Amino acid sequence: MSIWQYANPVKFLTLSEKVQPILWVVATVCVVTGLLWGFFGTPDDFRQGSTVKIIYLHVPTALMAINAWFMMLVASLIWLIRRHHVSALAAKAAAPVGLVMTLIALVTGAIWGQPMWGTWWAWDPRLTSFLILFIFYLGYIALWEAVEDPDTAADLTSVLCLVGSVFAVLSRYAVQFWNQGLHQGTSIPVATGERTVSDVFWYPLLTSMIGFGLLFLALVLYRTGTEIRLRRAQALRNRMERRL
Amino acid sequence: MIALLRRDLQLSFRAGGGFGLGLAFFLIVTTLVPFSVGPEAALLGVIAPGVLWLGALLACLLSLDRLLALDYEDGTLDLLLTAPLPLEAAVSIKALAHWLTTGLPLVLAAPVLGVLMSLPPTGYLWLVISLALGTPALSVIGTFGAALTVGIKRGGLLLSLLVLPLYVPTLIFGAEAARRGAAGLDTSTPLLMLAGITLGTIALMPFASAAVLRMGLR
Repeated sequence: MSIWQYANPVKFLTLSEKVQPILWVVATVCVVTGLLWGFFGTPDDFRQGSTVKIIYLHVPTALMAINAWFMMLVASLIWLIRRHHVSALAAKAAAPVGLVMTLIALVTGAIWGQPMWGTWWAWDPRLTSFLILFIFYLGYIALWEAVEDPDTAADLTSVLCLVGSVFAVLSRYAVQFWNQGLHQGTSIPVATGERTVSDVFWYPLLTSMIGFGLLFLALVLYRTGTEIRLRRAQALRNRMERRL
Repeated sequence: MIALLRRDLQLSFRAGGGFGLGLAFFLIVTTLVPFSVGPEAALLGVIAPGVLWLGALLACLLSLDRLLALDYEDGTLDLLLTAPLPLEAAVSIKALAHWLTTGLPLVLAAPVLGVLMSLPPTGYLWLVISLALGTPALSVIGTFGAALTVGIKRGGLLLSLLVLPLYVPTLIFGAEAARRGAAGLDTSTPLLMLAGITLGTIALMPFASAAVLRMGLR
Protein backbone atom coordinates (compact mmCIF):
# COMPACT_ATOMS: atom_id res chain seq x y z
CA MET A 1 0.00 0.00 0.00
CA SER A 2 1.52 3.25 -1.06
CA ILE A 3 0.47 6.45 -2.75
CA TRP A 4 1.80 5.08 -6.06
CA GLN A 5 -1.02 2.57 -6.38
CA TYR A 6 -3.15 5.52 -7.49
CA ALA A 7 -0.91 5.83 -10.53
CA ASN A 8 -3.18 3.10 -11.83
CA PRO A 9 -5.98 4.96 -13.63
CA VAL A 10 -8.67 2.51 -12.47
CA LYS A 11 -7.69 2.80 -8.81
CA PHE A 12 -7.36 6.54 -9.18
CA LEU A 13 -10.81 6.84 -10.72
CA THR A 14 -12.43 4.63 -8.07
CA LEU A 15 -10.98 6.65 -5.23
CA SER A 16 -11.52 10.05 -6.83
CA GLU A 17 -15.14 9.20 -7.58
CA LYS A 18 -15.67 8.14 -3.99
CA VAL A 19 -14.09 11.34 -2.67
CA GLN A 20 -15.55 13.75 -5.17
CA PRO A 21 -19.16 14.05 -3.89
CA ILE A 22 -17.89 14.87 -0.40
CA LEU A 23 -15.31 17.27 -1.80
CA TRP A 24 -17.87 19.10 -3.92
CA VAL A 25 -20.26 19.49 -0.99
CA VAL A 26 -17.63 20.68 1.48
CA ALA A 27 -16.05 23.00 -1.09
CA THR A 28 -19.40 24.53 -2.02
CA VAL A 29 -20.38 24.97 1.62
CA CYS A 30 -17.04 26.59 2.44
CA VAL A 31 -17.00 28.90 -0.58
CA VAL A 32 -20.63 29.96 -0.18
CA THR A 33 -20.31 30.43 3.60
CA GLY A 34 -17.01 32.27 3.28
CA LEU A 35 -18.28 34.61 0.58
CA LEU A 36 -21.71 35.27 2.13
CA TRP A 37 -20.21 35.67 5.61
CA GLY A 38 -17.59 37.97 4.16
CA PHE A 39 -19.99 40.03 2.09
CA PHE A 40 -22.86 40.36 4.57
CA GLY A 41 -21.55 39.30 7.96
CA THR A 42 -18.53 41.55 8.37
CA PRO A 43 -18.38 45.29 9.05
CA ASP A 44 -16.95 47.74 6.52
CA ASP A 45 -13.33 48.65 6.94
CA PHE A 46 -12.56 51.98 8.59
CA ARG A 47 -10.75 53.41 5.57
CA GLN A 48 -11.57 51.09 2.68
CA GLY A 49 -15.32 51.04 3.21
CA SER A 50 -17.14 48.14 1.60
CA THR A 51 -14.45 47.60 -1.06
CA VAL A 52 -12.51 45.53 1.45
CA LYS A 53 -14.98 42.71 0.90
CA ILE A 54 -13.44 41.77 -2.41
CA ILE A 55 -10.61 40.26 -0.36
CA TYR A 56 -12.73 37.12 0.17
CA LEU A 57 -12.55 36.46 -3.54
CA HIS A 58 -9.19 38.03 -4.38
CA VAL A 59 -6.92 36.40 -1.82
CA PRO A 60 -8.17 32.79 -2.18
CA THR A 61 -8.03 32.87 -5.99
CA ALA A 62 -4.57 34.44 -5.97
CA LEU A 63 -3.44 31.78 -3.52
CA MET A 64 -4.80 28.99 -5.70
CA ALA A 65 -3.38 30.57 -8.86
CA ILE A 66 0.13 30.07 -7.48
CA ASN A 67 -0.58 26.73 -5.81
CA ALA A 68 -2.03 25.38 -9.05
CA TRP A 69 1.30 26.03 -10.74
CA PHE A 70 3.12 24.30 -7.87
CA MET A 71 0.80 21.34 -8.23
CA MET A 72 1.53 21.23 -11.96
CA LEU A 73 5.25 21.41 -11.19
CA VAL A 74 5.05 18.44 -8.82
CA ALA A 75 2.86 16.48 -11.23
CA SER A 76 5.28 17.22 -14.08
CA LEU A 77 8.21 16.02 -12.00
CA ILE A 78 6.36 12.81 -11.15
CA TRP A 79 5.63 12.28 -14.85
CA LEU A 80 9.22 12.88 -15.87
CA ILE A 81 10.63 10.62 -13.15
CA ARG A 82 8.09 7.83 -12.79
CA ARG A 83 6.06 8.18 -15.99
CA HIS A 84 2.61 7.80 -14.49
CA HIS A 85 0.05 8.94 -17.03
CA VAL A 86 -2.41 10.03 -14.36
CA SER A 87 0.13 12.55 -13.13
CA ALA A 88 0.64 14.08 -16.57
CA LEU A 89 -3.10 14.27 -17.10
CA ALA A 90 -3.58 15.89 -13.70
CA ALA A 91 -1.09 18.60 -14.65
CA LYS A 92 -2.97 19.09 -17.90
CA ALA A 93 -6.27 19.27 -16.02
CA ALA A 94 -4.99 21.80 -13.50
CA ALA A 95 -3.72 24.33 -16.04
CA PRO A 96 -7.06 25.84 -17.17
CA VAL A 97 -8.26 25.99 -13.54
CA GLY A 98 -5.09 27.86 -12.58
CA LEU A 99 -5.54 30.15 -15.58
CA VAL A 100 -9.07 31.08 -14.49
CA MET A 101 -7.94 31.60 -10.88
CA THR A 102 -5.19 33.94 -12.10
CA LEU A 103 -7.68 35.83 -14.24
CA ILE A 104 -10.15 36.22 -11.33
CA ALA A 105 -7.35 37.44 -9.06
CA LEU A 106 -6.25 39.98 -11.68
CA VAL A 107 -9.76 41.22 -12.39
CA THR A 108 -10.85 41.48 -8.75
CA GLY A 109 -7.57 43.22 -7.99
CA ALA A 110 -8.29 45.76 -10.73
CA ILE A 111 -11.84 46.31 -9.47
CA TRP A 112 -10.50 46.92 -5.96
CA GLY A 113 -7.58 49.01 -7.17
CA GLN A 114 -9.73 51.47 -9.09
CA PRO A 115 -11.40 53.11 -6.04
CA MET A 116 -8.49 52.48 -3.66
CA TRP A 117 -5.38 53.26 -5.67
CA GLY A 118 -7.21 55.36 -8.23
CA THR A 119 -6.07 53.10 -11.06
CA TRP A 120 -7.15 49.84 -12.62
CA TRP A 121 -3.63 48.76 -13.23
CA ALA A 122 -0.19 49.67 -12.00
CA TRP A 123 3.09 48.06 -13.01
CA ASP A 124 3.57 46.83 -9.51
CA PRO A 125 5.76 43.75 -8.91
CA ARG A 126 2.92 41.55 -7.71
CA LEU A 127 0.55 42.58 -10.46
CA THR A 128 3.22 42.21 -13.11
CA SER A 129 4.34 38.80 -11.96
CA PHE A 130 0.74 37.65 -11.94
CA LEU A 131 0.35 38.84 -15.49
CA ILE A 132 3.50 36.92 -16.43
CA LEU A 133 2.11 33.86 -14.64
CA PHE A 134 -1.04 34.26 -16.72
CA ILE A 135 1.04 34.23 -19.91
CA PHE A 136 2.92 31.14 -18.69
CA TYR A 137 -0.41 29.36 -18.22
CA LEU A 138 -1.47 30.38 -21.73
CA GLY A 139 1.77 29.09 -23.23
CA TYR A 140 1.54 25.83 -21.30
CA ILE A 141 -2.02 25.17 -22.44
CA ALA A 142 -1.20 26.17 -26.01
CA LEU A 143 1.70 23.70 -26.09
CA TRP A 144 -0.56 20.89 -24.85
CA GLU A 145 -3.00 21.69 -27.63
CA ALA A 146 -0.36 21.97 -30.33
CA VAL A 147 1.43 18.62 -29.94
CA GLU A 148 -0.46 15.71 -31.40
CA ASP A 149 1.16 12.73 -29.74
CA PRO A 150 -0.07 12.72 -26.11
CA ASP A 151 3.11 11.30 -24.56
CA THR A 152 5.34 13.77 -26.40
CA ALA A 153 2.98 16.56 -25.36
CA ALA A 154 3.22 15.45 -21.74
CA ASP A 155 7.03 15.37 -21.97
CA LEU A 156 7.37 18.75 -23.59
CA THR A 157 4.89 20.51 -21.33
CA SER A 158 6.54 18.99 -18.25
CA VAL A 159 9.90 20.42 -19.21
CA LEU A 160 8.25 23.73 -20.05
CA CYS A 161 6.66 23.71 -16.60
CA LEU A 162 10.03 23.10 -14.93
CA VAL A 163 11.89 25.73 -16.93
CA GLY A 164 8.93 28.09 -16.66
CA SER A 165 8.93 27.78 -12.87
CA VAL A 166 12.56 28.85 -12.69
CA PHE A 167 11.89 31.80 -14.93
CA ALA A 168 8.68 32.70 -13.11
CA VAL A 169 10.60 32.94 -9.84
CA LEU A 170 13.38 34.85 -11.59
CA SER A 171 10.82 37.25 -13.07
CA ARG A 172 9.28 37.73 -9.66
CA TYR A 173 12.56 39.03 -8.25
CA ALA A 174 13.54 40.89 -11.41
CA VAL A 175 10.24 42.74 -11.39
CA GLN A 176 10.70 43.64 -7.75
CA PHE A 177 14.03 45.16 -8.64
CA TRP A 178 12.52 47.04 -11.54
CA ASN A 179 9.67 48.76 -9.77
CA GLN A 180 8.89 49.13 -6.11
CA GLY A 181 5.23 48.56 -5.89
CA LEU A 182 1.88 49.77 -4.79
CA HIS A 183 0.54 46.43 -3.62
CA GLN A 184 0.48 46.01 0.14
CA GLY A 185 2.41 43.22 1.78
CA THR A 186 0.59 40.15 2.98
CA SER A 187 -1.66 40.60 6.00
CA ILE A 188 -1.34 36.95 6.91
CA PRO A 189 2.36 36.08 7.02
CA VAL A 190 2.57 32.32 7.39
CA ALA A 191 6.18 32.27 8.57
CA THR A 192 5.88 34.69 11.49
CA GLY A 193 2.23 34.04 12.29
CA GLU A 194 1.65 37.69 13.11
CA ARG A 195 -1.41 38.54 11.17
CA THR A 196 -2.57 42.10 10.92
CA VAL A 197 -6.15 41.20 10.05
CA SER A 198 -8.73 41.31 12.80
CA ASP A 199 -10.54 38.07 13.66
CA VAL A 200 -13.78 39.50 12.27
CA PHE A 201 -12.28 39.44 8.76
CA TRP A 202 -9.92 36.53 9.27
CA TYR A 203 -12.41 33.71 9.90
CA PRO A 204 -14.57 34.29 6.80
CA LEU A 205 -11.37 34.72 4.78
CA LEU A 206 -9.97 31.46 6.13
CA THR A 207 -13.24 29.68 5.28
CA SER A 208 -13.13 31.08 1.79
CA MET A 209 -9.47 30.08 1.35
CA ILE A 210 -10.17 26.52 2.46
CA GLY A 211 -13.23 26.48 0.20
CA PHE A 212 -11.27 27.57 -2.86
CA GLY A 213 -8.53 25.06 -2.09
CA LEU A 214 -11.06 22.24 -1.95
CA LEU A 215 -12.85 23.58 -5.01
CA PHE A 216 -9.57 23.48 -6.91
CA LEU A 217 -8.97 19.91 -5.77
CA ALA A 218 -12.46 18.86 -6.80
CA LEU A 219 -12.17 20.53 -10.19
CA VAL A 220 -8.78 18.94 -10.86
CA LEU A 221 -9.99 15.47 -9.86
CA TYR A 222 -13.06 15.87 -12.04
CA ARG A 223 -11.09 17.13 -15.02
CA THR A 224 -8.43 14.44 -14.59
CA GLY A 225 -11.20 11.83 -14.67
CA THR A 226 -12.47 13.38 -17.89
CA GLU A 227 -8.99 13.34 -19.40
CA ILE A 228 -8.50 9.68 -18.46
CA ARG A 229 -11.80 8.74 -20.08
CA LEU A 230 -10.96 10.79 -23.17
CA ARG A 231 -7.65 8.97 -23.44
CA ARG A 232 -9.44 5.66 -23.07
CA ALA A 233 -11.99 6.57 -25.74
CA GLN A 234 -9.15 7.57 -28.05
CA ALA A 235 -7.39 4.25 -27.46
CA LEU A 236 -10.60 2.35 -28.24
CA ARG A 237 -11.15 4.37 -31.41
CA ASN A 238 -7.59 3.68 -32.54
CA ARG A 239 -8.12 -0.04 -31.98
CA MET A 240 -11.34 0.03 -33.99
CA GLU A 241 -9.64 1.80 -36.88
CA ARG A 242 -6.82 -0.72 -36.90
CA ARG A 243 -9.30 -3.57 -37.10
CA LEU A 244 -11.20 -2.04 -40.03
CA MET B 1 31.80 20.96 -33.31
CA ILE B 2 33.74 23.50 -35.31
CA ALA B 3 32.49 21.90 -38.50
CA LEU B 4 28.92 22.24 -37.29
CA LEU B 5 29.51 25.87 -36.35
CA ARG B 6 31.02 26.60 -39.75
CA ARG B 7 28.15 24.87 -41.49
CA ASP B 8 25.54 26.86 -39.59
CA LEU B 9 27.34 30.13 -40.20
CA GLN B 10 27.77 29.43 -43.92
CA LEU B 11 24.13 28.44 -44.28
CA SER B 12 22.98 31.67 -42.72
CA PHE B 13 25.35 33.91 -44.68
CA ARG B 14 24.49 32.46 -48.08
CA ALA B 15 21.45 33.38 -50.11
CA GLY B 16 18.18 32.65 -48.39
CA GLY B 17 19.89 32.09 -45.08
CA GLY B 18 18.16 35.00 -43.45
CA PHE B 19 21.29 36.72 -42.26
CA GLY B 20 20.56 40.43 -42.06
CA LEU B 21 16.83 39.89 -41.81
CA GLY B 22 17.02 40.36 -38.06
CA LEU B 23 19.07 43.51 -38.57
CA ALA B 24 16.58 44.89 -41.07
CA PHE B 25 13.77 44.12 -38.65
CA PHE B 26 15.63 45.91 -35.87
CA LEU B 27 16.06 48.93 -38.16
CA ILE B 28 12.38 48.97 -39.08
CA VAL B 29 11.17 48.72 -35.48
CA THR B 30 13.40 51.58 -34.39
CA THR B 31 12.31 53.63 -37.40
CA LEU B 32 8.65 53.07 -36.65
CA VAL B 33 8.83 54.11 -33.01
CA PRO B 34 9.33 57.86 -33.68
CA PHE B 35 6.40 57.70 -36.11
CA SER B 36 4.18 56.29 -33.40
CA VAL B 37 5.26 58.40 -30.40
CA GLY B 38 6.35 61.62 -32.12
CA PRO B 39 9.77 63.02 -33.00
CA GLU B 40 10.54 65.05 -29.85
CA ALA B 41 14.17 64.38 -29.03
CA ALA B 42 13.61 64.63 -25.27
CA LEU B 43 10.93 61.94 -25.25
CA LEU B 44 12.87 59.71 -27.64
CA GLY B 45 15.99 60.06 -25.55
CA VAL B 46 14.13 58.82 -22.49
CA ILE B 47 12.62 55.76 -24.12
CA ALA B 48 15.57 55.01 -26.43
CA PRO B 49 17.30 52.34 -24.26
CA GLY B 50 14.03 50.46 -23.76
CA VAL B 51 13.02 50.66 -27.40
CA LEU B 52 16.43 49.53 -28.62
CA TRP B 53 16.38 46.60 -26.19
CA LEU B 54 12.86 45.63 -27.23
CA GLY B 55 13.80 45.89 -30.89
CA ALA B 56 16.83 43.67 -30.39
CA LEU B 57 14.72 41.15 -28.49
CA LEU B 58 12.05 41.00 -31.20
CA ALA B 59 14.68 40.71 -33.92
CA CYS B 60 16.15 37.75 -32.01
CA LEU B 61 12.73 36.19 -31.70
CA LEU B 62 12.04 36.61 -35.40
CA SER B 63 14.95 34.42 -36.43
CA LEU B 64 14.30 31.67 -33.88
CA ASP B 65 11.89 29.56 -35.90
CA ARG B 66 14.54 29.07 -38.59
CA LEU B 67 17.03 27.94 -35.96
CA LEU B 68 16.01 24.29 -35.84
CA ALA B 69 13.01 24.02 -38.17
CA LEU B 70 15.10 23.87 -41.37
CA ASP B 71 17.37 21.22 -39.89
CA TYR B 72 14.31 19.30 -38.80
CA GLU B 73 12.84 19.35 -42.28
CA ASP B 74 15.94 18.13 -44.13
CA GLY B 75 16.77 15.52 -41.50
CA THR B 76 19.97 17.08 -40.18
CA LEU B 77 18.58 16.99 -36.68
CA ASP B 78 18.11 13.24 -36.84
CA LEU B 79 21.75 12.90 -37.87
CA LEU B 80 22.83 15.16 -35.02
CA LEU B 81 20.79 13.04 -32.66
CA THR B 82 22.68 9.89 -33.63
CA ALA B 83 26.06 11.62 -34.03
CA PRO B 84 28.86 10.91 -31.53
CA LEU B 85 28.72 14.59 -30.55
CA PRO B 86 26.47 14.99 -27.48
CA LEU B 87 23.23 16.69 -28.37
CA GLU B 88 23.83 19.23 -25.60
CA ALA B 89 26.99 20.35 -27.39
CA ALA B 90 25.23 20.47 -30.75
CA VAL B 91 22.46 22.61 -29.27
CA SER B 92 25.01 24.95 -27.68
CA ILE B 93 26.76 25.32 -31.02
CA LYS B 94 23.45 26.10 -32.70
CA ALA B 95 22.77 28.77 -30.08
CA LEU B 96 26.27 30.16 -30.60
CA ALA B 97 25.74 30.30 -34.35
CA HIS B 98 22.42 32.04 -33.79
CA TRP B 99 24.09 34.60 -31.56
CA LEU B 100 26.93 35.20 -34.02
CA THR B 101 24.51 35.77 -36.89
CA THR B 102 21.76 37.63 -35.01
CA GLY B 103 22.86 38.85 -31.60
CA LEU B 104 26.32 40.15 -32.47
CA PRO B 105 25.18 42.23 -35.49
CA LEU B 106 22.41 43.68 -33.32
CA VAL B 107 24.94 44.69 -30.69
CA LEU B 108 27.10 46.35 -33.32
CA ALA B 109 24.18 48.09 -35.01
CA ALA B 110 22.58 49.35 -31.80
CA PRO B 111 24.74 52.51 -31.43
CA VAL B 112 23.91 53.58 -34.98
CA LEU B 113 20.22 53.20 -34.27
CA GLY B 114 20.80 54.96 -30.97
CA VAL B 115 21.62 58.07 -33.00
CA LEU B 116 18.25 57.78 -34.73
CA MET B 117 16.59 57.52 -31.31
CA SER B 118 18.59 60.50 -29.97
CA LEU B 119 20.07 58.42 -27.19
CA PRO B 120 21.97 60.59 -24.68
CA PRO B 121 25.76 60.48 -25.30
CA THR B 122 26.49 58.74 -22.01
CA GLY B 123 24.25 55.85 -23.00
CA TYR B 124 26.08 54.35 -25.97
CA LEU B 125 28.74 52.47 -24.08
CA TRP B 126 26.26 50.96 -21.61
CA LEU B 127 23.78 50.09 -24.34
CA VAL B 128 26.44 48.12 -26.19
CA ILE B 129 27.72 46.46 -23.01
CA SER B 130 24.26 45.48 -21.81
CA LEU B 131 23.26 44.14 -25.22
CA ALA B 132 26.53 42.23 -25.56
CA LEU B 133 25.94 40.69 -22.14
CA GLY B 134 22.25 40.00 -22.64
CA THR B 135 21.83 38.78 -26.21
CA PRO B 136 23.62 35.44 -25.60
CA ALA B 137 20.93 34.65 -23.03
CA LEU B 138 18.28 35.52 -25.62
CA SER B 139 19.84 33.08 -28.10
CA VAL B 140 20.17 30.27 -25.57
CA ILE B 141 16.62 30.65 -24.21
CA GLY B 142 15.36 30.98 -27.76
CA THR B 143 17.03 27.70 -28.70
CA PHE B 144 15.04 26.04 -25.93
CA GLY B 145 11.84 27.51 -27.34
CA ALA B 146 12.76 26.41 -30.85
CA ALA B 147 13.52 22.91 -29.56
CA LEU B 148 10.13 22.77 -27.83
CA THR B 149 8.21 23.65 -30.97
CA VAL B 150 10.38 21.89 -33.53
CA GLY B 151 7.94 19.16 -34.51
CA ILE B 152 4.88 21.39 -34.56
CA LYS B 153 3.47 22.63 -37.83
CA ARG B 154 3.17 26.41 -37.93
CA GLY B 155 4.77 26.66 -34.51
CA GLY B 156 6.02 30.22 -35.04
CA LEU B 157 3.32 32.00 -33.06
CA LEU B 158 3.38 29.39 -30.33
CA LEU B 159 7.14 29.84 -30.17
CA SER B 160 6.72 33.55 -29.41
CA LEU B 161 4.11 32.84 -26.76
CA LEU B 162 6.45 30.37 -25.05
CA VAL B 163 9.67 32.33 -25.38
CA LEU B 164 8.54 35.88 -24.60
CA PRO B 165 7.72 35.28 -20.92
CA LEU B 166 11.09 33.56 -20.55
CA TYR B 167 12.72 36.73 -21.88
CA VAL B 168 11.25 38.93 -19.14
CA PRO B 169 14.13 38.84 -16.61
CA THR B 170 16.77 39.40 -19.30
CA LEU B 171 14.82 42.31 -20.75
CA ILE B 172 14.26 43.91 -17.35
CA PHE B 173 17.91 43.85 -16.32
CA GLY B 174 19.25 44.65 -19.78
CA ALA B 175 16.99 47.63 -20.38
CA GLU B 176 17.50 48.79 -16.82
CA ALA B 177 21.29 48.78 -17.26
CA ALA B 178 21.01 50.68 -20.53
CA ARG B 179 18.55 53.16 -19.00
CA ARG B 180 20.74 53.81 -15.98
CA GLY B 181 23.75 54.21 -18.23
CA ALA B 182 21.90 56.75 -20.37
CA ALA B 183 20.82 58.64 -17.25
CA GLY B 184 24.38 58.65 -15.93
CA LEU B 185 23.65 56.42 -12.94
CA ASP B 186 25.54 53.46 -11.54
CA THR B 187 24.95 50.41 -13.72
CA SER B 188 26.82 47.71 -11.85
CA THR B 189 23.84 46.01 -10.15
CA PRO B 190 21.68 45.36 -13.25
CA LEU B 191 24.77 44.46 -15.27
CA LEU B 192 25.85 41.91 -12.69
CA MET B 193 22.33 40.43 -12.61
CA LEU B 194 22.28 40.35 -16.40
CA ALA B 195 25.65 38.61 -16.51
CA GLY B 196 24.35 36.13 -13.94
CA ILE B 197 21.29 35.33 -16.02
CA THR B 198 23.38 34.93 -19.16
CA LEU B 199 25.95 32.65 -17.56
CA GLY B 200 23.25 30.64 -15.81
CA THR B 201 21.23 30.11 -18.96
CA ILE B 202 24.33 29.23 -21.01
CA ALA B 203 25.27 26.65 -18.39
CA LEU B 204 21.85 25.06 -17.89
CA MET B 205 19.56 25.68 -20.85
CA PRO B 206 21.42 23.44 -23.37
CA PHE B 207 20.53 20.46 -21.17
CA ALA B 208 16.85 21.41 -21.21
CA SER B 209 16.95 22.06 -24.96
CA ALA B 210 18.66 18.76 -25.69
CA ALA B 211 16.22 16.87 -23.45
CA VAL B 212 13.27 18.49 -25.18
CA LEU B 213 14.72 17.73 -28.62
CA ARG B 214 15.14 14.06 -27.73
CA MET B 215 11.53 13.93 -26.55
CA GLY B 216 10.19 15.73 -29.58
CA LEU B 217 12.07 13.65 -32.12
CA ARG B 218 11.47 10.28 -30.55
